[in-house]
Amino acid sequence: MTNHWRDIKNADLILINGANPAEAHPVGFQWFVTAKNDPKRGPGSGGGAQIIHADPRFTRTSALADIYARIRTGTDVAYFGGLINYVLQNNLYHDDYVRNYTNASFLVRKDYGFADGLFTGYDVKGRKYDVTTWGYQIDDAATAASVASGLPTGGAPVAIAKRDMTLQDPQTVFQLMKEHYSRYTPDMVSRITGIPQDQFMRIAQLVGQMGKPDKVMTIVYAVGLTHHTTGGELIRSGAVLQLLLGNIGRPGGGMNAERGHANIQGNTDHAISWEILPGYLKIPVPGQKNLVDYVKASASKRNDPRSWNFFGINYRNFVVSLLKGWYGSAATSSNEFAFDFIPKPAKNSSWMSIYDQALKGNMQGLILNGMTATSIGPDSNRVMQALANLKWLVVMDPLPTTSSEFWRRPGADPKSIQTEVFMVPATHWIEKDGSFVNSGRWSQWKDQVIPPQGNARHDHWILAELFLRVRSLYQLQGGKFPDPIRALTMNYSDPSKPQLDEIAREINGADLTTGKQMTSFANLKSDGTTTAGDWIYTGSYPDSGNLMKRRNGIQDPAKNDPTGMGFYPGWAWSWPLNRRVLYNRASADLTGNPWDPNRPGIKWDAVQAKWVGDVPDYPATGPTADPSSPKAWLPFIMNGEGVGRLFSTSMVDGPLPEHYEPMESPIKNPLHPTQSESPVAFIYTGGTGNFANVKDSFGTVADYPYVATSYRLTEHEHYVTQHVPLLAGLQPYPFVEIPEELANQKSIKSGDRVRVRSKRGKIEVLALVTKRLAA
Amino acid sequence: MPQVTRRDFLKISAAGGGAAGLTVLGFDVARAAQVKQTFRIAGATESHSVCPYCAVGCALVAYTRDNGNGTRTLLQIEGNPDSPVNEGRLCPKGATAMQLATSARRVDNPMYRAPGSDHWQQISWDDMLNKLAQRIKDARDATFVAQDAAGNTVNRTEGIAFAGGAAFSSEEGYFATKVMRGLGLVHLEQQARV
Repeated sequence: MTNHWRDIKNADLILINGANPAEAHPVGFQWFVTAKNDPKRGPGSGGGAQIIHADPRFTRTSALADIYARIRTGTDVAYFGGLINYVLQNNLYHDDYVRNYTNASFLVRKDYGFADGLFTGYDVKGRKYDVTTWGYQIDDAATAASVASGLPTGGAPVAIAKRDMTLQDPQTVFQLMKEHYSRYTPDMVSRITGIPQDQFMRIAQLVGQMGKPDKVMTIVYAVGLTHHTTGGELIRSGAVLQLLLGNIGRPGGGMNAERGHANIQGNTDHAISWEILPGYLKIPVPGQKNLVDYVKASASKRNDPRSWNFFGINYRNFVVSLLKGWYGSAATSSNEFAFDFIPKPAKNSSWMSIYDQALKGNMQGLILNGMTATSIGPDSNRVMQALANLKWLVVMDPLPTTSSEFWRRPGADPKSIQTEVFMVPATHWIEKDGSFVNSGRWSQWKDQVIPPQGNARHDHWILAELFLRVRSLYQLQGGKFPDPIRALTMNYSDPSKPQLDEIAREINGADLTTGKQMTSFANLKSDGTTTAGDWIYTGSYPDSGNLMKRRNGIQDPAKNDPTGMGFYPGWAWSWPLNRRVLYNRASADLTGNPWDPNRPGIKWDAVQAKWVGDVPDYPATGPTADPSSPKAWLPFIMNGEGVGRLFSTSMVDGPLPEHYEPMESPIKNPLHPTQSESPVAFIYTGGTGNFANVKDSFGTVADYPYVATSYRLTEHEHYVTQHVPLLAGLQPYPFVEIPEELANQKSIKSGDRVRVRSKRGKIEVLALVTKRLAA
Repeated sequence: MPQVTRRDFLKISAAGGGAAGLTVLGFDVARAAQVKQTFRIAGATESHSVCPYCAVGCALVAYTRDNGNGTRTLLQIEGNPDSPVNEGRLCPKGATAMQLATSARRVDNPMYRAPGSDHWQQISWDDMLNKLAQRIKDARDATFVAQDAAGNTVNRTEGIAFAGGAAFSSEEGYFATKVMRGLGLVHLEQQARV
């Protein structure tokens, strides 16, 4: 979330796509209802916020919505694209914001283009784009002047883009996107999404009001948007709409992902992800020989003389502080701070490729730590086959899972499965301390409430023990390149039993010269004198103590919520630097006054000469902070452009979101039938036999004419709640919900047992016939 | 003490007219319920937690009692009324979190399933950790690539994958990343992706 749960009460209009918060996040949903019941909120003259819910199924969220739009599965880019077109065609965008706070005025190269569903630079064989032609037109003289000005770059490139502040040049982002979305007419949107044109127009008219400075809209989404071959495009299409309306950075606004698990946010931040290192630093790739190469390729370029490019110019400080934290005295200026120790992947190594590699016989072992392989993803049979191709499988979990038992699933012959399986009993959340980071980036520390049950051990103690034993095997037996294993720091009072408190301090980082904990990532250095395990958490654990433990909440709102906006800065700690709304410089106008004085994020206090309110996403004081100074930075300090990106020069899917049909869609894309599906979706080639090519497992409309999707129930969360008797008692059976029309055709009644088949498998479940779906 | 069913309670309340706390039974039922609740957590230790399910992040208060023999009993989990996120409220999952915390289905000991076997066998922690450490080392040595075909230093372990969950603490997640990258892994994934 750019914003946070309580902040949704500040919205006038709430757009919900790919989510059902009333069912899946019911306690968070109270803030939607608070907005709805607040007469100060809402479009027009107020009377309460309005909720617009677009979903294939009428849900508990729809029941509380002002408009429910039945949208065809996987077509939300067309819905947002239509809204973008309506806002552009009718001049309803927030003009000051678009001109000054987005890249609308940036000029794109003349060889950029889009035709028949493809952007320029497409490589058919590799199924990927060369993004060169999507770049900005570079002003060489201004670039030379920026370099000569002596602004720090931290080794990040400088490439000053040409701009046309009148937005009239045909190569401006503004004109290019206007042309791009002109195809998303109400008629086309209706054809693609199935939403009736008159209803779509009612939605567009409400959304169109949200470009006024004193109105604000939030967009809320969940895995109904992310779990698509076009997931990145789906979310970007919402973000582009929000930038046009001037709603990013403002209380009550933003682009807000409702995450499904207690600590998905924290574990993503800490990069249990193939393509990043902690704090969203890119993983180095082969060919980058040193830190200079790495920073040049990874850090964003300064594209405007007034862009601070904060992330880009600090990239080297952040990565060196990470390497220094991990490799200690083995990381020195003479060996590039052990840059060689970081593994460099050859290719996509994401979730599906783990099983793809196993099917190809390239994977020996898999460690599942609080995660199951089999109940996730589009083809469980394929995953089961992959698990049987491993030498060994480790399942670290407090409870048995479908992965730990895969070798004795119905229909399997255990004798034929040669995989060794280790069931490693780990502890529950309540048996250890540590932090959970919620969707709103609030890192909340929890206590160890009870001791571990049975002989279970903490996950991190198991990993520490394993690591130390591997290390001693290398000492005893020798082996391939043991240097990183030997050097990895284990500076804990008992290295086999690290305390989570010690790890939290390591994540925050320290100044090695003074021995003090760091208080801000702005002070991290690239000379090896500072550490930070994850720079975005620097400041969470200063010498004064663990700020994630704070609980100054609604027991005293006057004291604990001084702005009245619901930030509660003394409750837990929010990354970065306890900031509650990201990009909040954009909540105020060019002179530093909030766009809406009743809903301030931050504002410039000329008397004190500093920004007040939320923790500013901007320097707080000084000439680069003062809006009246010519040296004041542009508002989006983390981007190379210094402004929000309506057009992206680096998204691998395309610079502007475009609608593509899902892989097994029953219809051809009405916009460009010759390029119906995403041209860049990864197609795995698998192993042998039935799993030789994943395309063989795609069904055709002739054999599989019905579109199915999945959803969540309040009573269940993934696979774990089946172990909770009260919850299993409330929702005991798997079922398929079927619209009445289809049920009539098939003579199915509620309660009948039915078989649901795809080309990948089948399951027998109970039928639930309702009016909530349409045929 | 007389038993009061819900039906009786309604009758009694009607009789009492809600005017005074005292009822026809001669005692204050609401007060009695409060006293019972107080007894339940009297002398208990109050500690803080966060709901283990979705990412709303509802704050919890947990009550435990030390039994004096090194064990501790979890008495109750409820929503924390001070939280700006949940203001004390919980959904059915959060409200039954105690049943997850005390599940009888827990795996209490390390278990091992040999190749081709049709059953689990219990093994000691020491055996399991030694076996696993050797498996990890062997797989790393067998699949480690120091330089790729183009001569680039890549130092990666191709034949081991790690997938992390989203219900362990951030600090555990960070530690897992650190250790796995230290072993050279490139196949590193977690729940957020899927």
